[in-house]
Amino acid sequence: MTAAPIPATRAGRPRRVVERGRRRSTLLTIIVWITLIYFLVPLLWLFVSATKDNSDLFTSFGLWFGRSFQFFANIGNLFTFQNGVFAQWLANTVLYAVVSAVGAAALATACGYALAKYRFRGQGLVFGVILGSIMVPLTALAIPTYLLFAAANLTDSVWAIILPSFVSPFGVYLMRVYAADSVDDSLIEAARIDGAGEFRIFGTIALRLLAPGIVTVLLFQLVATWNNYFLPLIMLNTPTLFPVTVGLAQWQATASAGGGAQVLFSTVLTGSFVSVIPLIVAFLFLQRYWQSGLATGGVKG
Amino acid sequence: MTVLSARAHSARASGASARGPRGSRHITGAQTRAAWVLTAPFLVVFAAMFLAPLAYSAYLSLFTSQLVGGEEFSGLANYVRALQDPSFWSGLGRVALFLFIQVPIMLVASICFALALDSKRVKGGRVARLLIFIPYAVPSVVATLMWGYLYGTDFGLITQIFHAVGLPAPDLLSPQNILGSTMNIVCWEFIGYNMIILYAALRSVPDDVYEAAEIDGAGQIRIAWSIKLPAIRQAILLTIIFSIIGSFQLFNEPNLLYNIAPNAVGTDFTPNLYAYNLAFKNQDINYAAAIAFLLGIVIMIVSFVVQTAINRRERQS
Repeated sequence: MTAAPIPATRAGRPRRVVERGRRRSTLLTIIVWITLIYFLVPLLWLFVSATKDNSDLFTSFGLWFGRSFQFFANIGNLFTFQNGVFAQWLANTVLYAVVSAVGAAALATACGYALAKYRFRGQGLVFGVILGSIMVPLTALAIPTYLLFAAANLTDSVWAIILPSFVSPFGVYLMRVYAADSVDDSLIEAARIDGAGEFRIFGTIALRLLAPGIVTVLLFQLVATWNNYFLPLIMLNTPTLFPVTVGLAQWQATASAGGGAQVLFSTVLTGSFVSVIPLIVAFLFLQRYWQSGLATGGVKG
Repeated sequence: MTVLSARAHSARASGASARGPRGSRHITGAQTRAAWVLTAPFLVVFAAMFLAPLAYSAYLSLFTSQLVGGEEFSGLANYVRALQDPSFWSGLGRVALFLFIQVPIMLVASICFALALDSKRVKGGRVARLLIFIPYAVPSVVATLMWGYLYGTDFGLITQIFHAVGLPAPDLLSPQNILGSTMNIVCWEFIGYNMIILYAALRSVPDDVYEAAEIDGAGQIRIAWSIKLPAIRQAILLTIIFSIIGSFQLFNEPNLLYNIAPNAVGTDFTPNLYAYNLAFKNQDINYAAAIAFLLGIVIMIVSFVVQTAINRRERQS
C-alpha cells in the first residue's frame, strides 16, 4: 500500500497550491503516458501481426510491418478458412451476447424496480438471496450448470449459452440501487392518483427514468457474454454453434500442436484482431453510459 | 456481503425517506401483485439457472461412479478425497499466491492511476483513462492468446527485444515463470477495469473537501492518503472482493496457456482447471462436482473473512 500515492506525490511537491486543481504536472503526465505503453503495445503488436504472412511473422520485428502488407489477404483467408466458419462464429457471438444482454437487463430491471419501489412479504429474503449469489463465482457455477443441462439433454444448443446468461444478480442489485435513487416516489404516487395502473407506471414513467441504468446492465452483460469462454467451451460440441472465443481457442490449439498447421498462425492472429474491434468501438462510443453506470452501481456509498 | 448489504440498506433507508409525508399510505393488493409479477420472471430463471444447478451438483457430489453398476451413494467420500488430493491443494496454493502477489500489485496500480487521473494534473487525462481501460474490452481468450505469442520463443516480441539488445531471452513459458506470466496477463486485463471503478468513486467525493485541505497547505500525497483513500474505501473493498473471486476461479488463462506450454501448466494448475479436466477428460463428474462445490465454499469463506477483517479495522480506527 505504501506505493499507492507515488504519482500524486510527484504532482504535489514542486509547488504551493495557488489555484485549485487546474494545474498540470509534466512529470505526472510523462509517467502516466509511459505506462500506457504497457497497455497498448500488445494490441499494436496484434494489429501489426495481422498484416503479415506466416514467414514474415517469424522473420520480421514484431512492432513493424513485414516485407509485404498481407492484411487483406489474411482477412480473406480468415473468412474462407474451413468454409467460412469464422463468420458463423462472429454471428453466433453477436446473437448470444445481444439476446443475453437484453434478457438479463429486462429481468434485472423489473426485479430491481420492484424491490426498490414496493413493500411485500418475502422481500428481504429475496433480496438477501440475490445479494448472496453475487458472491458465488460464475465459473464455479458453470460445471454444475453443465451437469444439469446434460441431465436435461439441453447441452450443445443455443439455449445452453443463452439461458444461464439471463441471470445477473449484480444487475438486479445495480437496478435496485438505481431505481431507489432515480424514480421519485411522489411521481409514482401522483400517477396512481391520476388512475394509472402499476404496470402502466412501470412501462411509461419508470422505464424512461431508469434508461441509463438499463444501458449499463445491458452493456456489462453484453461484454460478459461476448467474452465468455468457459460456459460455451463445456456446453458446445458442434463447431457451427461456437462463439468466437471458443473457435479461436480451438484454432490456437491446432496451430500450437504443430504438424503442418503453422499456416494457421496468421489466421489466428487476424481472427483475434477482428474479434476485439467491435467491443473496443462499442466502449469508445458508449463511454458516457458505462462510466456513469459504474459510478452508480459500483461505488455508491 | 457486508459491503453490499450495508449499501443496500442505506439505499433502502433513503428510498423510505424520499417517500416523505406519504409514507403512511397503505399498500394495496394491486401493488403486491405488481411486485410479484415484476420479480417473478427473474426469480424463476434464477431458481432454474442458479439454485437448481447448485442443488443438483451438491446431490451429485454425494455419489461415486463405479466402473460396474453405475453410481453409488458415498456420502462425503468425494470431499474427503478432495481434502487429501495434492492436485486440489496445489491448485489452491497457486491461486492463493495470486491473491497475495497479483491482486495487491494490480490494485495498487489501479489506485495510482485513479489518483493520478483524478488529480487532473495529467495532460490528456481523459484519453489516457480510456486507453488504460481498453484491455477490459478484449476477451480473456484473445488476451491470453496474444500474450502467449508475445512470450513465445518462435516470433515473440519479448524474445526479439532481448535478442536485439544482445541478451539471452528468458523463457517466460517455463514451469518456473508461468505463474508470473499468467499474473501479468491478468494485470493487463483488469488494471483498467479496477481503475475505472475507483476513479468513479473518487469523482463522487465532493471537491470542496480537498479544496479546504489544499488551502490549509496539505500536499497532494497527504490529501490522497488521508482524504481520498478513506473516502473511497467501500469501492476499494469492492475491487478487492471481485479480485478475490476472480483469482479463485481462474480458468481461461491457464487453459489457453496449456495449449502452448503443457508441461508448465499441467491439468491441475488451478482448482477450476482441475475440476474441468476431471469432468471432461477423466469423466469423473461426481468428483468434479465436489471440487467445484468445495471451491465455491472456499471463495465464500475467504471473501467473508476479508470483509469482516477490513470492516473491523475500520471500526477500530
